[in-house]
Amino acid sequence: MSQRQESSAMQTQLRASILAKQALPWVVPISLLIVWQWASSAGILPSRFLPSPHSVVRSFIELSASGELWMHVRVSTLRALSGFVVGGGVGLLLGLLTASLRWAEILLDTTIQMVRNIPPLALIPLVILWFGIDESAKLFLVSLGVFFPVYINTFHGIRSVDRGLLEMGRTYGLSGWPLYREIILPGALPSILVGVRFSLGLMWVILIVAETISARSGIGYMTMNAREFMQTDVMVVGILLYAILGKLADLLAKGLERYWLRWNPAYQTAR
Amino acid sequence: MPATLSSRDTATEEQHCARGVSVGIKDVSITLGGRTVLENFNVEISAGEFVAIVGRSGCGKSTLLRSVVGLETPQAGTITLGEVAASNSNSNDKPDVRVMFQDSRLLPWRRILPNVMLGLEPALAPQARKVLAQVGLAERADDWPATLSGGQRQRVALARALVHDPNLLLLDEPLGSLDALTRIEMQQLIEDIWRSRGFTAMLVTHDVAEAISLADRVILIEGGRVALDEVVNIPRPRTRGSARFAALEERILGRVLQRRPVVEE
Repeated sequence: MSQRQESSAMQTQLRASILAKQALPWVVPISLLIVWQWASSAGILPSRFLPSPHSVVRSFIELSASGELWMHVRVSTLRALSGFVVGGGVGLLLGLLTASLRWAEILLDTTIQMVRNIPPLALIPLVILWFGIDESAKLFLVSLGVFFPVYINTFHGIRSVDRGLLEMGRTYGLSGWPLYREIILPGALPSILVGVRFSLGLMWVILIVAETISARSGIGYMTMNAREFMQTDVMVVGILLYAILGKLADLLAKGLERYWLRWNPAYQTAR
Repeated sequence: MPATLSSRDTATEEQHCARGVSVGIKDVSITLGGRTVLENFNVEISAGEFVAIVGRSGCGKSTLLRSVVGLETPQAGTITLGEVAASNSNSNDKPDVRVMFQDSRLLPWRRILPNVMLGLEPALAPQARKVLAQVGLAERADDWPATLSGGQRQRVALARALVHDPNLLLLDEPLGSLDALTRIEMQQLIEDIWRSRGFTAMLVTHDVAEAISLADRVILIEGGRVALDEVVNIPRPRTRGSARFAALEERILGRVLQRRPVVEE
């Protein structure tokens, strides 16, 4: 064999191994799908227990064609995001406050740590009593759940800003807002973004439960409503939607990390 | 007094006096965490002088520098900076004091040029670029600090201090973590810039040879007091191999290692 042939053979081999590496993570899910479809078609898996992938896809197409699906997705996304903005915003501000001012920490931190240990979902009975099954109930629950990860990580991030950089900043005449803008906030950002990612996950979990228990619209409502009529295919569509939306939220958070922390070698994208 | 003599010795005295300010440290005592670091400490530094402060670890040399820039507050005594010469006072008469730390302390989330411009108005970017070119890093202006070597980062830190055109530059073991070759390079760079700009410089170091090659005067701190105050009477540029250099280094090193309790006047 000539050298050129040998090297081209090696390249083919290399390409094949790259392809294998990319395909490998999908082997298990695709096999599962095939087995699932086969079990449904063969009648081993009754459709009132679990619908076939084919019927899930069909009902997804039907629901999105009628526009019903998008209405629910829009309502749920709006709830999730507004809860995230309110809870995350308050968490960020309070975290900044307690981490920066000693008296604020003494005044507030103990209370916040106590409330933190109450699972937000444990408040559902009280929340229904207070707000009914209105939008405000869901907003409250999501905000509360999102608040703590952002608060704790903001606090921690600001407290762990490099003392040496703060000292250096002061010798360059930085204080007040410029000190925050140049040193404290960028220094705390990696930690704050960890809180954001964490709370984005929590946001969906809480919203799902809240919508399942009490709602007149949204993905959770659609899923629960489908249960009443034994529409297992619609139920699975709802569940898969949560998976997709959760993944999208995580991708968004990762994108923010990549952009805002591009100075940090740990977050630089590999080329 | 050796303080006044030493600056007379240097050839570039006129320039020195133009930019630098004098530093008067009088009866300063500093206690940190219950330990007395400096006790009734007295040093006079004249405008434009390059003073090196040497001593064993924990002798208080860094604390002295930090108290000059206000990062430590003395329990007793006063630290006064001289007036800026009239021809140089831009708008404010307050002398400009900058520090170079042992670690570069660059902001990792700012590129090199914004790091140099910390605390400056955006309009001064051309000036910052000029100083960056002076330390030989003009083409790295848009890079992240993480991509620079330790020596390059210290050069950026030096540029960041110099862009303010300081009247007093404090160097807190800025070359301590660099390799031997980079150190010598940086020493030359600092000496060149000091000679051309004429600011007052206080260098804290544990390297006696570095102190002698750069400074007009070497001060040894021991037990919180001045143990030795030696004018370096070697013409610049100084070569480490010369007999006078070696003799002086031998003498100061001997004094450091001896640790005599008596304070020389």
